[in-house]
Amino acid sequence: MIETRELTKHFKEVRAVDGVNLRVDRGELVALLGPNGAGKSTTLRMLTTLIPPTSGSAEVAGFDVVRQQREVRLRIGYIGQGNGAGHSQRGRDELISQGRAYGMRARAARARADELIESLGLGEVANRTVSTLSGGQRRRLDIAMGLIHAPDLLFLDEPSTGLDPQNRANLQEHIVRLRAEHGTTIVMTTHYLEEADSMAERVVIIDHGRIIADDSPQRLKSAHVGDRVVLGFDSESAADDAARALDGARHGAQVRITSDDGPRLAARSAALAPASIEVVRPTLDDVFLTLTGRSLREETLVEVSS
Amino acid sequence: MTSLVTDVGVVFSRELRPVVRDPFSVIFSMIQPLFFLGLFAPLLPDDSSLQWFVPGVIVMSCLFGSSMTGSNLLFEMQTGSHERMLVTPLRRPALLIGRALKEIVPMLLQAVLIVAVCIPFGFELHLAGALLGLLILAAFCVGLGALSYTLALLSKNRDWLFWTVQQTLLFPLLLLAGVLLPIENGPGWLQALSRANPMTYVVNAERALFDGDVLARTTLWGLIAAAFVGAAGLITGVRTMQRSE
Repeated sequence: MIETRELTKHFKEVRAVDGVNLRVDRGELVALLGPNGAGKSTTLRMLTTLIPPTSGSAEVAGFDVVRQQREVRLRIGYIGQGNGAGHSQRGRDELISQGRAYGMRARAARARADELIESLGLGEVANRTVSTLSGGQRRRLDIAMGLIHAPDLLFLDEPSTGLDPQNRANLQEHIVRLRAEHGTTIVMTTHYLEEADSMAERVVIIDHGRIIADDSPQRLKSAHVGDRVVLGFDSESAADDAARALDGARHGAQVRITSDDGPRLAARSAALAPASIEVVRPTLDDVFLTLTGRSLREETLVEVSS
Repeated sequence: MTSLVTDVGVVFSRELRPVVRDPFSVIFSMIQPLFFLGLFAPLLPDDSSLQWFVPGVIVMSCLFGSSMTGSNLLFEMQTGSHERMLVTPLRRPALLIGRALKEIVPMLLQAVLIVAVCIPFGFELHLAGALLGLLILAAFCVGLGALSYTLALLSKNRDWLFWTVQQTLLFPLLLLAGVLLPIENGPGWLQALSRANPMTYVVNAERALFDGDVLARTTLWGLIAAAFVGAAGLITGVRTMQRSE
């Protein structure tokens, strides 16, 4: 569905995106994860024909994003960071005009709008002026607009930013269901670790405009960090013995071991009769920390509190 | 399959929809020119003042409305709905032309309102001339609207820039077109500046046409000036829209 070759975007001196090679197959759900300013949105904006690359190329849905913009636009859906519906418009009107923008006939656009209003639970607010809707309602309206022409490929730019936890969970559920029901290929950017972890089966980590890792959340964690098993013992001598047997490091009466498969190691170490066993599984933040020496989470926390 | 025309239709009807849904919002915004009629026209010297003044006020309200319309686009650029439309297959020229064409509708409503209010006070309506006058005005306000959208695209997230330029240009254009007071009595340099203002020719044409003087030279000049503003506005607007990222 997507294939980029050395995709690059410079803004004056800044290399926002720096030689990205990305391939996404039909039916995948891919999350682009990275801190603010990493180049996720810029990548997305090039793939959706909003901005031309400085160099390199990208094919989306079989067409070149620079030379065949119209063909690309006809085949993709895009849900940007802002609100797609005009504030002085009514939700239903915007959905219908969005359908017309994709060349649908008035009757078909109306029917499709009704369908989406129903499935996204917008029935009560669809005839209200957009400016009176809540953040969560507007976001669902955005999703409906992005889906009006039932695209095979959907791009979402930070879809859940600014939503409260309940609306965020709601939105994620819609996206996952959309994929399950229609097999839509989905590419989304996010800086929420949990979102990438729970939704995507493929996470592309971007930092300073480059892809620094690309795999399933599970494999990223085991390859770059691994599980940590912490065994507690009653005495340091027992801990010493265990550390030797399991090739771990002793800290006081504790033994710490890093492993690809923490639970299995924990089960095996039960034979050494530890007083306690703890398996610490890594997060995607640990992966990012290992790869870059920086944490994604600090930034997320700052954003939430501001 | 869509064409440029259907694309323009989609954008045009989208722009118009809030007006249709909530006509009162537009009617309230139309009250301003009535102040000029009620509070300024009585100060004008001779008896025929209304016949002379009203066409100018119609052009003025068209100038005010159309030159501000870019602020709607500016707002949609900030909220994200312009971006959403840029990702659709709508042809880029349609995104501008559809918006600019919509300016005709409030202009017509406004003209009808102003004329209707003035007839009881002795304003004479010459229908044929008035209709041709509105046609000229349509071309003029489409051009102004397109230029206002151009300014919005160039201002991009800098509201102050849009409003500074719009406000700075508004009054020189208005005063130099001789809308409020005749230019003929002014000094030579002022008259020269006035002749360089396309709006002057539109105002003169409207005055002649609303007075029933259709086959006049002023009509032709007004037509040429309005067509020039319309074409120049659309060309710059479409180019800017195609270039904007």
